[in-house]
Amino acid sequence: MQAILEARGVKKVYGGGMRGPRMTAVDDFSLAISDEPSITALVGESGSGKTTIARLLLGLTDPSEGEVLYKGADLRKLPSAAKREFRRDVQVIFQDPFEAYNPFYKVDHVLQTPVLNFGLAASRRDARRLIEETLRAVGLRPEETLGRYPHQLSGGQRQRIMVARALLIRPRVIIADEPASMVDASLRAIILGSLRQLYDQFGISLIYITHDLTTAYQISQNVIVLYRGLVAEVGDAERVVREPKHPYTQLLIGSIPYPDPHRPWKGEELPAETGSNADDGCRFAPRCPKAMPMCRKSAPPMYRTEAHRAAACYLYREAEPLASAEIGKVLIGGAPKAAHTPMGVVTPGV
Amino acid sequence: MRDDIALQVRDLRVHYHTPLGAVRAVDGVSFDLKAGERLGLVGESGSGKSTVAMALMRLIKPPGRIESGAALLDNVDIFTLPEPEMRRLRLSSIALVAQGAMNSLNPVIRVRNQIVDALRDHGETDANAQMEARIRALLASVGLPPEVADKYPHQLSGGMKQRVVIAIAISLRAKVIIADEPTSALDVVVQRQVIETLRRVQKEIGASIIMVGHDMGLMAQFVDRLGVMYAGTLAETCDIEALFREPLHPYSQLLIASLPTLDRKGAFQGIRGLTPSLLNRSSGCSFRSRCPRAMERCSIDTPVLREVRPNHFVACHLYEMTAAELTP
Repeated sequence: MQAILEARGVKKVYGGGMRGPRMTAVDDFSLAISDEPSITALVGESGSGKTTIARLLLGLTDPSEGEVLYKGADLRKLPSAAKREFRRDVQVIFQDPFEAYNPFYKVDHVLQTPVLNFGLAASRRDARRLIEETLRAVGLRPEETLGRYPHQLSGGQRQRIMVARALLIRPRVIIADEPASMVDASLRAIILGSLRQLYDQFGISLIYITHDLTTAYQISQNVIVLYRGLVAEVGDAERVVREPKHPYTQLLIGSIPYPDPHRPWKGEELPAETGSNADDGCRFAPRCPKAMPMCRKSAPPMYRTEAHRAAACYLYREAEPLASAEIGKVLIGGAPKAAHTPMGVVTPGV
Repeated sequence: MRDDIALQVRDLRVHYHTPLGAVRAVDGVSFDLKAGERLGLVGESGSGKSTVAMALMRLIKPPGRIESGAALLDNVDIFTLPEPEMRRLRLSSIALVAQGAMNSLNPVIRVRNQIVDALRDHGETDANAQMEARIRALLASVGLPPEVADKYPHQLSGGMKQRVVIAIAISLRAKVIIADEPTSALDVVVQRQVIETLRRVQKEIGASIIMVGHDMGLMAQFVDRLGVMYAGTLAETCDIEALFREPLHPYSQLLIASLPTLDRKGAFQGIRGLTPSLLNRSSGCSFRSRCPRAMERCSIDTPVLREVRPNHFVACHLYEMTAAELTP
């Protein structure tokens, strides 16, 4: 089965030469989004390379090594018709919805443009109907949103219009880069609910990029934990969160402030990062409480500790090693399951 | 003013004057901050929480203005002080850890000189050798090595910069520290380090802290007492345990229900609706349009904050009814 969108051994290096020291933002990253809808979260701190991966998958930046493929063809070599198809099939939702709007245009503009560009409607009336339907699908009332300027809407409304815009085009894949990090808790739930609905109701695959493991767990089937440009751990969200294997994932989960005064932070407070970015050895070794001498000699490959998960850590060297290109083997795909409770939504599940 | 109260805020009102009229960003906020207490102020953006923090530092800029109210610190109303005296008070009695440390440090001055500037400006006359020892001690107290003094801010990570800002804030052992979203730009791991640092130094110097933010998880980990703000007023204040155990105000209840956790999938819900305009406020409860338990009375009378249980204050008509009214 051919993947819709695939990254194969992608590496991205910034700088070098006259532009200062070289910095490897992403190293040997592979991921395939198949026909079967799925939700995959990319989780990492700032500097982990998660936004670079988003830009690579969108073709906004070219990989230094490896390739990004759309239906099997290298993005850089796509003929213009295929490129157009790619632009339709793969949509993006950015962190700050405000920056996606032109403040001088009413929000209608941002919805009408894709309708015109992709010829989604035969007439003005059709276009209007399509836009209104889509707004309702993400839980917005057209009469409260259309005809307004971006500054007249709340952050949650603005971001949901972005979700509606992505949905209008009926893409196969949506890449959402920190879509809910600029809003308050009450709105965050609503935006994540809208995103989850795209998958549940419309069978759209989602790549959810975030620093927040809690929301990643809430909406995704698969989690990929990144540390300094490399995959630390990957697998079934439920399993990764319940029983993190990689010491970094353990640290990350232990540092999440629980909204419960009776559940204080777990584990030891770790030393801050030392800043050394040695290319040999595991990149997490300088901060790792379980580091062994071998960790400083060479970087660990991924080990498949269970059917649906793998961790790049020598603690699991007994397990079967997994090449980064084989990451797809541990990911879960599948049709939307009706059992999922819709969050903070909107129209009742169809 | 009782001895165990570090700061007493009464009926604080801050308005922003716009061509369309006054935006009542803070509309009558009162609370006591006990000595050594960590008090949190939460609310969504626009709820006025940061405006309260800035008002207490007297750093509200035009078109904003403190319209009325009092803030008693050592029996002095800081809102009535002439500016030179207020300037002396800042840092020495009431210090600020601002949002986004990157923006509050001067990028072209070494950390050492930024600390020295702050101390000298407040009349500290230590000789250089003594000053050096003091800087080392300050940096050590926030877990930073002495070399940091020689660095420029851009050479430090976000977490280190935020700790430098905390070191400056505690340098004169202020009685009250105001931390406005002190970790909003940091990752969870670094966030925890900064918060633990803040807690440690606060205990060490015996200061009280007001922490402003919107992360309920962080509040649960850090504060003793929480004030929930909505549209410029306090909706509820109580001990942090009480708030998570039994939130009384419908807004607090919805806020807690909107928090995702790692325990159970799908167990969180957003709050529908929009915050009301702070311009031309009408009477009645400002939360009524989003409140699942709104009554007729909510659009007529504005609820006031009252103590409905020991140390548990809430501004909601649900808790003002007598037993007779509750049983029809």
